[in-house]
Amino acid sequence: MVDPGKRYDLLVAGGGNAALCAAISAAEQGATVLVCEAAPKGFRGGNSRHTRNLRAAHDGPTDVLVESYSEAEYFDDLMRVTMGKTNETLARLAIAESKHVPEWMHARGMRFQGSLGGTLSLARTNPFFLGGGKALLNVWYLHAAKLGIDVWYDTEVVGLEVDDGFFHAAKLRSRGFEARVEARALVAAAGGFQANVEWLEEAWGPAARNFLIRGTPYAKGSLLRQLLDRGAAQVGEPDQCHAVAIDARAPKFDGGIATRLDCVPFAIVVNANAERFYDEGEDFWPKRYAIWGRLVAKQPGQIGFAILDSKAIELFMPSIFPPEVDDSVRGLAAKLGLDPAALQATVDRYNAACAQAGPFDPAVRDGRRTTGLAPDKTNWARPIDQPPYYGYPLRPGITFTYLGVRVDEGARIIMADDRPAANMWAAGEIMAGNILGQGYLAGIGMTIGTVFGRIAGERAAAHVRN
Amino acid sequence: MSATDLVATARAAMEPAGPLAAAPTLGEARRTMEICNACRYCEGFCPVFPAMERRRAFSAGDLGHLANLCHNCKGCWYACQYAPPHEFGLNLPKTFSELRVESYAAFAWPAGLGRLFERNGLWVWLLTALVMAAEMIGSALLIDGAVMTGVHTGPGAFYAVIPHETMVALGLLTFGWAVLAMIVGGVRYWRACGGGGVMVGDVVQALREAGTTRHLGGAGDGCNDVDERFGMGRRWFHLATMWGFLLCFASTSVATVMDYGLGWQAPYSWYSAPVVLGTIGGVMLTLGTAGLFWLKLEADAEPTAKRRFGMDYAFIALLFWVAVTGLALLFFRHTSAMGWLLAIHLGFVFALFLALPYGKFVHGIYRTMALARDVAERRQEPIT
Repeated sequence: MVDPGKRYDLLVAGGGNAALCAAISAAEQGATVLVCEAAPKGFRGGNSRHTRNLRAAHDGPTDVLVESYSEAEYFDDLMRVTMGKTNETLARLAIAESKHVPEWMHARGMRFQGSLGGTLSLARTNPFFLGGGKALLNVWYLHAAKLGIDVWYDTEVVGLEVDDGFFHAAKLRSRGFEARVEARALVAAAGGFQANVEWLEEAWGPAARNFLIRGTPYAKGSLLRQLLDRGAAQVGEPDQCHAVAIDARAPKFDGGIATRLDCVPFAIVVNANAERFYDEGEDFWPKRYAIWGRLVAKQPGQIGFAILDSKAIELFMPSIFPPEVDDSVRGLAAKLGLDPAALQATVDRYNAACAQAGPFDPAVRDGRRTTGLAPDKTNWARPIDQPPYYGYPLRPGITFTYLGVRVDEGARIIMADDRPAANMWAAGEIMAGNILGQGYLAGIGMTIGTVFGRIAGERAAAHVRN
Repeated sequence: MSATDLVATARAAMEPAGPLAAAPTLGEARRTMEICNACRYCEGFCPVFPAMERRRAFSAGDLGHLANLCHNCKGCWYACQYAPPHEFGLNLPKTFSELRVESYAAFAWPAGLGRLFERNGLWVWLLTALVMAAEMIGSALLIDGAVMTGVHTGPGAFYAVIPHETMVALGLLTFGWAVLAMIVGGVRYWRACGGGGVMVGDVVQALREAGTTRHLGGAGDGCNDVDERFGMGRRWFHLATMWGFLLCFASTSVATVMDYGLGWQAPYSWYSAPVVLGTIGGVMLTLGTAGLFWLKLEADAEPTAKRRFGMDYAFIALLFWVAVTGLALLFFRHTSAMGWLLAIHLGFVFALFLALPYGKFVHGIYRTMALARDVAERRQEPIT
């Protein structure tokens, strides 16, 4: 149990996938390891609890992946979503190492499955965790116990004793009490700051108060703040994050995957003024969901409304919140709190612009588009004319923030004067901004966490052995 | 009750899911399935989740089907991002356990006896005690006190203690009643929770999956027997229990044929088919039920319907005592203990028969029917 007098080789701050990968690989090299997880056991694992897969390159079909996904293609995908805002060396390292990640996890007890129902678009690129991220965490914590790793839950690192890039000890708040623990190395893997609304407000202004946080409420960024205050170099912009559009009725924190809405490509999306603001049919939802969080965040009141009719209601994954329903567009508008005349006008304009006939096909980009609208809907544009009409409210759902600490290829933290820290490494969301300058590629967060967690653990263990 | 009332009642009973519509856990089961269907992370654990994904809405019949398809492996509980302390507070194994028992009660025949599933453990033990007492007093008083403690050997020795006709009559009466009640219950279940298009091949496949308890293997690592670790314990103990029970049943069936068809009267030799089958079956049943009992005691309480454990314990214990007394009877049949051992053993057997339709045993019937529907759905609508 908790023994603050014990001196560890390695202190791992955080309890998610990256933290446990670091702890496990360090312990496998013989290091004594303490994991400090801020959450209680039932909420352990940070955002990893809500994950379901990772993105892995592979040269041919595997037991759970079809075809192949080359490193070059992976890198191109990353360049496309980040618009080139990435550290190419680290990105290529993460992608090359991603090939070995499923096998490394499997060797430690994790099992994978093919893509889940409704996620066929990921069947080639993302092996899924059998049972999801919490099942992965169960495997990691069981394995950690076997390796003799100490885990303290309800234990947050609240202070760092760092001297010119050299880590001495950490101040902890452990189950309500202050404690101090010394270690010869630190791995910082305590996530982003997305659950810290005040910090989000610094970047987004009051709009941030309307954001929903899809994951753990424990990612307050306090470790990140301390590292930056102690001289670690910053990477990434404070307003950059992985943000998707989710059901506005989702809980403020921790709603996870079940709060998503996949209806956008088959709907029109209007803002609080009942006006459309972006091409809903630009591409398949898995390729566009990650831009819609920011799109909605930029709308008045940070809210949007997906409007669809009875033709479209069964074309997407079921949602946990029932839609508003009405037999008229005006009636639906009233139920959603929109101006009925304005929504009717928007729907009428849209329907008139859907004049182009052509086969509707949800399985391909069918090119069935509107003409003359600003913006146009460029695929799957069918008139909204078959009652009952349905409406879902949308809000930005923040998954994780990208502002973090700079690291090198060894996952070692770089200080503001460009020198590497003596004995501090970082892994996971706290350093993902090195690779993700903006945008998101489904599953890459877990790849970054695993790859750099392993590296951080190995390097930290090698450091303490010397 | 007026004639119109009777017609209305009959009509309600005919309606899909009629008897199940009032089950208190339906609402929670529906809420859970709607959240699960938007998550789907557990899809690889068992057939419940692919079956769920074939639906967007969940009728009472669907929920009854899914609850009975659930093998209670608890993989989904330990993997659930929405389990407590999360505010959604999902607990699928517990919810489905509750709904399953509610479905047993709803489809029990005669309908009033569904109430026996409340405090089922108590009722089963009261019944056992009653049967046992009646039978012992009957044997001791009606025949001859001395007979019970005498030594009897050779063909027909058992019938000296309990007359042949009495034994057969009690067996036929109790077992026949159980079979009848379970057939009616099965029909009522299928009307509410069954599906269309089930073919013979589907039933064969369902029996294969039930017979190998394939889905207690979870996705290959077994169940979460006790905690977040996977293990094969529950599967092996269940296989031993199920096949032990079936071997004992086969032993009785063979003995019946030998008695009536060939005129050979029990007791039979150590090497005879009934004794070999019964001995192997009895040992398997003893070990299997003891193991299941132990796992139940050890397991995390949270994902279980604790208040329904009485039903499980009663059934497991009844099987255990049938097996143990049967084996004891075998070993001590040539001693003066035989009389009482026979009375006790038959008391447990008759009580088990009587309790079959009103206890845990029915899970095997409804599970197999749910599997048959599921196999048909898998064939008709594979998940992509």
